[in-house]
Parts: sequence; structure tokens; C-alpha cells
Amino acid sequence: MTKFMTLKDAVATYVKDGDSIALEGFTHLIPFAAGHEIIRQKRRNLSLIRMTPDLIYDQLVGAGCVRKLTFSWGGNPGVGSLHRVRDAIENDYPCALETVEHSHAAMANAYEAGAAGLPLAVFRGYIGSELPLVNKEIASITCPFTGEQLAAIPAIKPDVGIIHAQKADRAGNVLIEGIIGVQKEVVLSAKCSIVTVEEIVDDLEVTPNACVLPAWAIDAIAVAPEGAKPSYALGYYDRDNNYYKQWDNISRDRDSFNQWLESHVFGQGDV
Amino acid sequence: MTTHNDTTQYSSAEMMTITAARALTNNMTCFVGIGLPSEAANVARLTHAPDVTLIYESGTLQTKPDVLPLSIGDGELCESALTTVSVPEMFRYWLQGGHIDVGFLGTAQIDRFANLNTTVIAANHPEGGKNGAHSYANPRVRLPGGGGAPEISTNAKEVFITVKHSKRTFVKDVDFITTIGFGRDGKGRDNLPNIGRGPGVVITDLCILKPDPATKELIVTSLHPGTTKEDIIEATGWEIKFADALETTPVPSEKELHVLRELKARTEKAHSAQEAI
Repeated sequence: MTKFMTLKDAVATYVKDGDSIALEGFTHLIPFAAGHEIIRQKRRNLSLIRMTPDLIYDQLVGAGCVRKLTFSWGGNPGVGSLHRVRDAIENDYPCALETVEHSHAAMANAYEAGAAGLPLAVFRGYIGSELPLVNKEIASITCPFTGEQLAAIPAIKPDVGIIHAQKADRAGNVLIEGIIGVQKEVVLSAKCSIVTVEEIVDDLEVTPNACVLPAWAIDAIAVAPEGAKPSYALGYYDRDNNYYKQWDNISRDRDSFNQWLESHVFGQGDV
Repeated sequence: MTTHNDTTQYSSAEMMTITAARALTNNMTCFVGIGLPSEAANVARLTHAPDVTLIYESGTLQTKPDVLPLSIGDGELCESALTTVSVPEMFRYWLQGGHIDVGFLGTAQIDRFANLNTTVIAANHPEGGKNGAHSYANPRVRLPGGGGAPEISTNAKEVFITVKHSKRTFVKDVDFITTIGFGRDGKGRDNLPNIGRGPGVVITDLCILKPDPATKELIVTSLHPGTTKEDIIEATGWEIKFADALETTPVPSEKELHVLRELKARTEKAHSAQEAI
């Protein structure tokens, strides 16, 4: 059953050193506030999963929280590289980083398989790609009915799934609107889940087919206004594209990144 | 440098975008990659193909953005879409389910069989090379990775590619096949009945290339005005062949240039309107 908590308490309760964690949000609703809280609580040896690592994982990797990264597209969208991730892969700074690389279709299918309680995802994928040569998790399976060779990868079942959403009602039901990515799948595939929201409202005012996560499917809800910035929350604020562009300079250099970390993460109070 | 209002002159980048836009027709359903493909697809929508259906992997179906998105999931795409579905639904039902006519892709590296590499620039193939030689695990340049492309390339009925022409980009064999064109030997799609036809056209800032029907090797079928065969030979990392009936690409029209420049100006204005950190 959902418990309303501060973000600090939610991370302290559910996120442990060595856990596998998926903080999702496909460009939209990226849970930056939760990521920063994990950095502040100095979690270590995390195994992070995310289709598009984006700035949020660049920050967690640069802060030394991460030993393994599973991803399918690792850039700063429309800008260039994730410099902290590259520094970790190429120079083991601030610590060595193991990577597991997939395609988007593969990860989307693997989250869905996790949510469906299956051990694997089966899809028509990776045909002719050389990713199977460098990722031992990519296998093939023969359809017992047609004989077609299909791709198979393990389901994603993180220890903790973390997402950001627009709003929750007072009972803890959550509404997600706009680009919903793999948000629902992450919460349902994870052993436990934290949802940060822009606000708590009396009535979600949903239409019948709205994307709603019932309270009993979520472990913790924390209110985190602007908790997805510099990504965006449809209906609340726009994506700060300029921040994404400036991140290229901030993250390129270890010292400027560490200064940013001190002033923008450690220097900030609890949410 | 061309000015905004002068439609008698145009840049090679504009020529590339407009030529790529012309590859799309009004009745197509197109799965759009970010960057150059997105620019071209929206120019098509704003000129000769107003009803072209544009789909982005973030889940936005039939979207009509007023400005170009910086990322694949900008709010503009969602707000101007007919509807927005989840990412698993996008890849499973709409792409794998066979509803996409054209996957429109960019790339960092492309080879003679139109295989695409967006994973690593390495000095040799990942299967070879130890002892400090560049490889997948020890790349010279780490690129972002595959994203949606590996399955767009096989699950869309056809693939269009647009990329700037240079010797660094157009290599004989890509360092790593992230996304299949026709495989290392040109036969990578043979005997696979449930996948698409693969790359049908490659549009660069110098020319148009198409796969040879028999060998699947990319050959030049049309030169952009002002480009010579020598320019293309110089910018291509394999012994490039030219079609017997080599064409000249039509120049951009006044309307096409106007639409492209207005779109880019609107985009720049929208993206620079935000506060500094």
C-alpha cells in the first residue's frame, strides 16, 4: 500500500547500495529530484537501468554511485555525448563502469516482460546487428509454431523502479499524461517503486482510458515540485533545452562537474 | 553564405534536406529519427506531403510539430500528435506490427552495403583486436548507440537514410553494424520473409545513392547541381560506382527553401527563448 513520504525518507527506505535501479521517463518526466537525492545519500555500486541514460545518469555516474549501466541510447539528445559516462567507460573515472547495451525495442520489450511476470522478452529484433556479439544477454529463440528465429532477452526486474508523474490523489493513485514511455512497466516490473509527483490533488479528473497507477501498485509517493527539471512535465513546465545544451560544458570537465555537484545537489536542501 | 530571403542561392545542407524531403510522399507512414531525418520529414509535411504521417519513437502518432524537436520526446511532438502511446506499444504494435512504410534514419557511419554504425568508432572489427587495439570494449570514439534504429531498419517496409557525405562517414565496411543495411556481404536480408526491404535511398549533401538491385552495393544515381563525380569519389571510402543513367537532382524550389528556412528560424527562436542555468 502506498505510503506518502518525503523523498529523503523514500530513498533512504527503498534504495540500498548494490541495488538495481531503473529511473525512467522517456525524455519527459525524468525523475531528476529522485536522482539527486540518491546522490546526496551517497549510494554506491548501483546497477542502473534506463533506455536513455540522459543527464540524470550522467550525474549519478559522475557522482560515483554506479558500477553498471544498462542502456539503449546513451547521448545528450540533440547535443552530443554524455561526458561523465564516457569518462567512466574510457578512464574508469570516478570508478569503472560496466555497460550492457541494447536497442530501444529490446528494452521496451524487456520492461513489458518484467511487468507481465515473464522471465524473458521475445521480439523480432537485432536482425543483422552486431550487438549480440558484444552483449551476452541477447539470445535467439525458435517459434514452436512457425519455426521463425526471434530475439530473446531477459526480462527487466529492477530492485527499485522510480518515476515522476504529474499528480496523485489523496489516496495515492497516480496520473501520468503525455509521453508515458515505459513508466507503467517500470513500476509494475520492479520489486518496489517510488513515484515523485508535481502535486497532490483532491480529484485526478481522469478520462476512462487515462494512464493511472493505482495506489496499491506503488510503495512510496513523494511530492517533488519541478522534480523532472530540466526535462519537463506536460501541463506544468517545458523542457529546458538550453540546460541540456549547457550541460555539455558543465560535464565535459571533471572540476566543473564537481563544482556543479556541490552547488546544485549537495548544496540543496531536502525536498 | 546564403541569406534568409535569397531563394536563388542555397547551401549544400539545404539541398540535402530538401532532396530528402522529396523522398517522402503524401500517403506514407514514416517513423522519424531525430536530427536530419526529422528536419526533412517536416519539410515534406509543410510542402508537397501535407498528409504524411510522422511517428516518433517516444510514442507520438501522427504528429505535426510547429518547431523541430531537440530531443525525440519534446512536448511539441506530443501536443501536436493525434495520440501518444507507450514506448512498448510503439515498438511492438506500430513498428513490429507492420504499420510503418518508411523508417527515416541518420547515422555516424555508413558502408557500401548501407549498414549503419552509431555504436563505436574503432580501428578494427569487434571480433578482432586485443592488446590495446581499438575494439568495441576499447573504442576510439564511443557513440550514443542504437536507440530505435536496429528494429526500425528491419520492421519498417523500407528505409531512407540521410547523412552528410565525407570519407569519415562513408566507409567501405563500418566498424560495427549497429543497424543492418544489407549485411557484410550484401545478402543479410536474403531468406528473411518477415522483414522489410531495407534501404531504398541514401540522400547526402552531394548526391543520391541507391542499392544496386543485384549486389545491394550503393551506387550514385543522381548528382546534386554543382557536384562532380570527382567530389564524390574524394568523399567516399570505397570505389564508388555511378549509374549508367546518371541524373541531376532538381534544385530546391523557392517554396521549399522558404519553408525550410522559416522552420529553422522558428526552431532556433523557440529553443533559445529559455533561461540560462
